Amino acid sequence: MNNIIVLPLIVPIITGILLVFLREQIKLQRIISLLTLLFIAGVSAVLLNLVYTNGIMRLDFSGWAPPFGILFVADSFAVLLVLTASIVTAICLIYAFSTIGHRHERMFFYPFVMFLIAGVNGSFLTGDIFNLFVCFEVMLLASYALIALGGEKVQLRESLKYVLINVVASWMFLVALAYLYGTVKTLNMAHIAQRVAEVGQEPLLTVVALIFLLVFALKAGLLLFFWLPGSYSVPPTAIQAIFAALLTKVGIYALFRTFTLMFPLQADVTHTIIGIMAGLTIIAGCMGALAGRDIRSIASYNVIIGVGFILVGLSIGTEEAMAGAVYYLIHDMVAKALLFLIIGTMVLLTGEIVVKNMSGLIRNYPLFGWLYFLTMCALVGIPPLSGFIGKVLIGQGAIETGSYVLLALGFGSSVIVLYSLLRIFLASFFGETLISEEDKKPIPRSALVSFVLFAICIVVLGVGAEGIAKYVNDAAHTLMNPSVYIDAILTTDP
Amino acid sequence: MESLMIVLVGILVAVATYLVLSRSVLRVIMGTAILSHAVHLLLLTVGGLKKGSVPILGQAAAPYTDALPQALILTAIVISFAVTAFLLVLAYRMYLMNGSDDFQELGGSPDE
Repeated sequence: MNNIIVLPLIVPIITGILLVFLREQIKLQRIISLLTLLFIAGVSAVLLNLVYTNGIMRLDFSGWAPPFGILFVADSFAVLLVLTASIVTAICLIYAFSTIGHRHERMFFYPFVMFLIAGVNGSFLTGDIFNLFVCFEVMLLASYALIALGGEKVQLRESLKYVLINVVASWMFLVALAYLYGTVKTLNMAHIAQRVAEVGQEPLLTVVALIFLLVFALKAGLLLFFWLPGSYSVPPTAIQAIFAALLTKVGIYALFRTFTLMFPLQADVTHTIIGIMAGLTIIAGCMGALAGRDIRSIASYNVIIGVGFILVGLSIGTEEAMAGAVYYLIHDMVAKALLFLIIGTMVLLTGEIVVKNMSGLIRNYPLFGWLYFLTMCALVGIPPLSGFIGKVLIGQGAIETGSYVLLALGFGSSVIVLYSLLRIFLASFFGETLISEEDKKPIPRSALVSFVLFAICIVVLGVGAEGIAKYVNDAAHTLMNPSVYIDAILTTDP
Repeated sequence: MESLMIVLVGILVAVATYLVLSRSVLRVIMGTAILSHAVHLLLLTVGGLKKGSVPILGQAAAPYTDALPQALILTAIVISFAVTAFLLVLAYRMYLMNGSDDFQELGGSPDE
């Protein structure tokens, strides 16, 4: 029964390999890849319920009991993210069907997305830190290929920088792993947590923790985000949306795991640094969002603000703030993907990237305009939509622990997000239309379908918060009490 | 032996850092390749150099070496080969398209 945990990793890999052989059958590729993602979403929904009723599940590969073998662990936090990731990617693929073009589809777009998803799901589910490194690399290799796919001048240039930065980050990851292994002689995350708790988090281990912080911050775009705006604006829209939704979130997931499970003891050092970095990230992201003229860079800086806000939740570290952070993480994956799809469609329709040069889009495309408005409200955190509860919970935690600076920065950033997105809304959607009836390009129907599906997700996440609250609270409980996770892994029963 | 290895790792990291900081794309890629080798040696050394026999357990098993660092390095080497190969191809394509392998000329212009 536990074998179900491995499906989110292994099914996309198998389909990815299968799709390589179906290069010319584009219709078939589309159907198979969409079905795969829906299948994973179904599997993870089942898994979520199983975890909720039976507690944390684990799968020891080849029956090697932990801490000796590699294992997969499913707790609510990981499974919630797997579920969101597969739903988001499925909807992005629906958008890609009509916009990505045959050239990309013939050059193995779908297989690469499948490998990316395999890497992302593997990173969420693994319970072994070296395996986390491997899944990261699987994900990154697929993302390297997806950024460069198409082979345009800008793409090749930006992807080279992206790859080099990530190679150096992976190198630091391995250095941290080497010292961690040298100190505690184990790679199983639960076992590391136990050993660290036994010996106390001595200075050497804190340094290792800080190297991990550096590595994951680089991957998550926490403060070290200099590579992000460039590399997220070059690939086609559907790929941008998948990246914005998934790649930084894997880094955030790794940060949460590292600092709640493995190194929670020196919180006054590590969590303070995370708090400072999150605050600076929010400030820098706000400045970028205010300064941008180009809608794609405004969207990229909004990703950065989101990352900062989620990590405020980690740095505060109460159970409420954790629940808020998990909630906001899920919301952010959905809303950022929708934002990138809409921005990309605006560029597609007008052929312009500068805010000022677009005008009156809402006259030609009313539904599209109001969907943008909905996204904006969700990102700002207007009550019935998805961003609200996360913000409230993180705010509550901040007041409890007295982190008023972070509270002010986090809530102040909402105003900036509102301003930067409202500016696009007013300048590009209202006013005289520049597109005459004859020149009007229709929005492809499948693109509209994907927008509507995302909008439904946003509303459901907000209105149906009650429904997923039990899973989110379970995830936050596990994050705040590492002993739950450790006991589930290190007790050997058949 | 351990100290010798660590000195070697240090030299490799120094060389690699020098290469990574240079302007030519090809040198930077060589630098990242050398960095990855340095960290493989580090993994091996920190995990403990060979002291026992092969890790095959039997009735009369002698003290054996920890095989895990070797398994880790094996995986890491494969990944670093893949990434380096990808980088070389990417750099070649980029050179063909942009006509330069100098990072100073790859900044990009604001109107793109």
